[in-house]
Amino acid sequence: MNVRRWITFSLLCLVLLPLTAHASSIGDLSDTSLGEQVKRFLSLKDPSVRYALLGSILLGINCGMLGSFIVVRKLSLMGDALSHAVLPGVAMGFLWNMEKDPVAILIGAVIAGLLGSFVVNLITHTTRLKEDTALGMVLAGFFAVGICLVSMIQRRVQNGNQSGIDKYLFGQAAAINTDDVFLMAIVTISALVVMGVFYKEFLVSSFDPGFAGVSGLPVKFFHYLLMLLLAFSVVIALQAVGVVLVSAMLITPAATAYLLTDRLHRMISMAMIFGVVSGAIGCFISFLKPGLPTGPFMVLAASLCFFGAFLFGPRHGVVMRWWRQLSRSHKVQRENTLKAVYQVLEEREFKGEGVSLRELAQRRRETIEEARQQSLALVRNRLASLHEDGNLILLNPDGWQRACAIVRNHRLWELYLTNAADYPADHVHEDAEKIEHVLGEEVVRQLERRLDYAKTDPHGKPIPSLDDLQRGSGISQHDDLVGYGQN
Amino acid sequence: MSDLIPLFNFQDYVVMPWTEELAHFGWIILMGFFVAAACGLVGNYLILRRMALVGDAISHSILPGLAGAFLVAAAFQSNQSDERGLGFSIAMFIGALLAALLTTVIIEVIHKKTRVKQDAAIGIAFSSLFALGVVMINLFSADIHLDADCVLYGEITYIPLENHFMIGDKEIAPIPVVRMGIVAAITLCLIIAFYKELLVSSFDSGLAASLGINATAVHYGLMAWLSIVVVSAFEAVGAILVIAMLILPGATASLLTTRLSFIMILTVIHAALSTVLGVHLGLWLDCSTAGAMVVAGAFLFTLTWAAKQVQALLHRPDLREKDQTIGESPAV
Repeated sequence: MNVRRWITFSLLCLVLLPLTAHASSIGDLSDTSLGEQVKRFLSLKDPSVRYALLGSILLGINCGMLGSFIVVRKLSLMGDALSHAVLPGVAMGFLWNMEKDPVAILIGAVIAGLLGSFVVNLITHTTRLKEDTALGMVLAGFFAVGICLVSMIQRRVQNGNQSGIDKYLFGQAAAINTDDVFLMAIVTISALVVMGVFYKEFLVSSFDPGFAGVSGLPVKFFHYLLMLLLAFSVVIALQAVGVVLVSAMLITPAATAYLLTDRLHRMISMAMIFGVVSGAIGCFISFLKPGLPTGPFMVLAASLCFFGAFLFGPRHGVVMRWWRQLSRSHKVQRENTLKAVYQVLEEREFKGEGVSLRELAQRRRETIEEARQQSLALVRNRLASLHEDGNLILLNPDGWQRACAIVRNHRLWELYLTNAADYPADHVHEDAEKIEHVLGEEVVRQLERRLDYAKTDPHGKPIPSLDDLQRGSGISQHDDLVGYGQN
Repeated sequence: MSDLIPLFNFQDYVVMPWTEELAHFGWIILMGFFVAAACGLVGNYLILRRMALVGDAISHSILPGLAGAFLVAAAFQSNQSDERGLGFSIAMFIGALLAALLTTVIIEVIHKKTRVKQDAAIGIAFSSLFALGVVMINLFSADIHLDADCVLYGEITYIPLENHFMIGDKEIAPIPVVRMGIVAAITLCLIIAFYKELLVSSFDSGLAASLGINATAVHYGLMAWLSIVVVSAFEAVGAILVIAMLILPGATASLLTTRLSFIMILTVIHAALSTVLGVHLGLWLDCSTAGAMVVAGAFLFTLTWAAKQVQALLHRPDLREKDQTIGESPAV
């Protein structure tokens, strides 16, 4: 567990590195001195910086938590539709008393968001149109109403242009003030409380709504409660990220966490961390040059986190998976070489010292060069040593043990298939060839017991016993030069 | 609040655009119609294939492609006079094609290589590309002649002021209108030419395969053409309202009929109606014309939907049956 935490942390650092480089290149373009701006940001002396940063952190917490639920419920695009649908509510909230009153805007936006999610349900239930079409229509229809209202406010209302309502489109963290932060804190805390109280209910109704319904949970109620919280968190994020990109702050940190863990509570906390980190980064970069929107930078930071987890995630990362596959295929190759060495020795009835490259190559039907490469791979893994100018392979105790074990697995499995599954004896080899590398010690013991500790496989060859295995490791380590298999 | 909605003046808002100001509004209406019709025709297939939100993703993510086209054009052209000519159109189309291709590839890769579901993959892909586009516009604002407002809701009102397409010395039409008209015409031709292929592969991929239709080629062809249509509509309606243009006409039409050929005809009618209504509405409320067009389209959808609900209520089979069973004696 601890290891994974460290991996996550180093991953974060890795993701942050290129961002700082990016930030400096932006700073070069601006007229203001970059160093000064960085100092101003990091010292947190400026109240606007403090509010902006606090706002971004609250946003990250909120979006990470709710985003995890919508990602596991496959409602990601509902988040997208909802975030676009709040725009008319924002404009209405502004028109309520002609100023940027956070509470009025919050109420307007939440109503518009809930109305949007209701209309999606209405369309899918009363027409033949599918959910994606309904989402698209609600998204664009509500957004268009919002755009009309915003452009009317900008053109027809006095001071409409300076109202800052256009800041809601792409986000400007610098515009966050005390009232906003206060409201954000209240909403975040209440969302955390609701989640804390109903965690089990949300968990069950997210993963198995059928079971939740049977156990008497009001699944619909929890769906709409989630939508309500989602609408709240979208509104919280609006001012910093903007209407267009809020959905990314919901989806991307949660999807990043989804790649790293299998437990919901862990996923939620990781998503919060990613949300907070990308929020803070976006806030920082947009502070470097006046007029830079915050939202796109936050989203890019979140996307970079996702890209990092996509490549280097310990369990599901592409690079890690590729690496595991590679090392597994190397292991299989080594074991096949060991098996070939064993078979050569067996043909000679375990007489003579070691196996020459030529014999190995003949056995595996390969060129001498390929056989040399494989023997070198054995040497690198301390399974064998090479002598006589690299022409003679002598197995080490470990190598002997492994070779015996593989042959044992192979022949036991062949015998098992012929006995238990009535396979003809000439059909079992292919299957055993694959499974010999993955049989565990436990399974092998079970096979032995079932087969009454049989001595020979279906082809009449002896199955190496546990004693044969231990004979290898029992000999002292100094006798490396002695070829195992001398009878 | 009271001065937000101006008084309705029939002469100014309804008659003028068609009489004295026709030279100005004619181009706007024509452009709106071309955009809505071309988008609606392509969008029908998105609805049928349940790819409406892939369309949304592509319409967002062509933004960096477009910004890239501006940068390339700026790098190759020293004089700024002819920057929106044929060369720029080609750069724009190529940028949009690349961006659309990138989006589909990113969605596929995330969806196939990880356990993240397709909907989240769509969300991640388009939001990061869109954010990239906005950042590019902000950083290279000297070279990219787009502003954030245009990205959001287009600038259809400025279309008549664009450079006109010239044949000899005669001005024919504003370049964006010509471009959009050509794209709309080609869209219609492509749909007529490949009607069977598109129809079969949208409804029954198994049958399509047995008829020797390459479903993958049809899919990518559709995506490529979608990106061309979306990028030519971009200037008029922006990146987000395009999704309404793509879906609304087809969705409204499919409430009324189930035959694809009729749906296509109704789509074009819806496009024309919503454009005309939207232009008048925008003029009256003094708001974004593209936004007003979408609002008009959504209004037409709501109207159709309500009519269908009333009709369904009047012909409800369970009500009729109940009437009959009341007449008879209730069984057991």
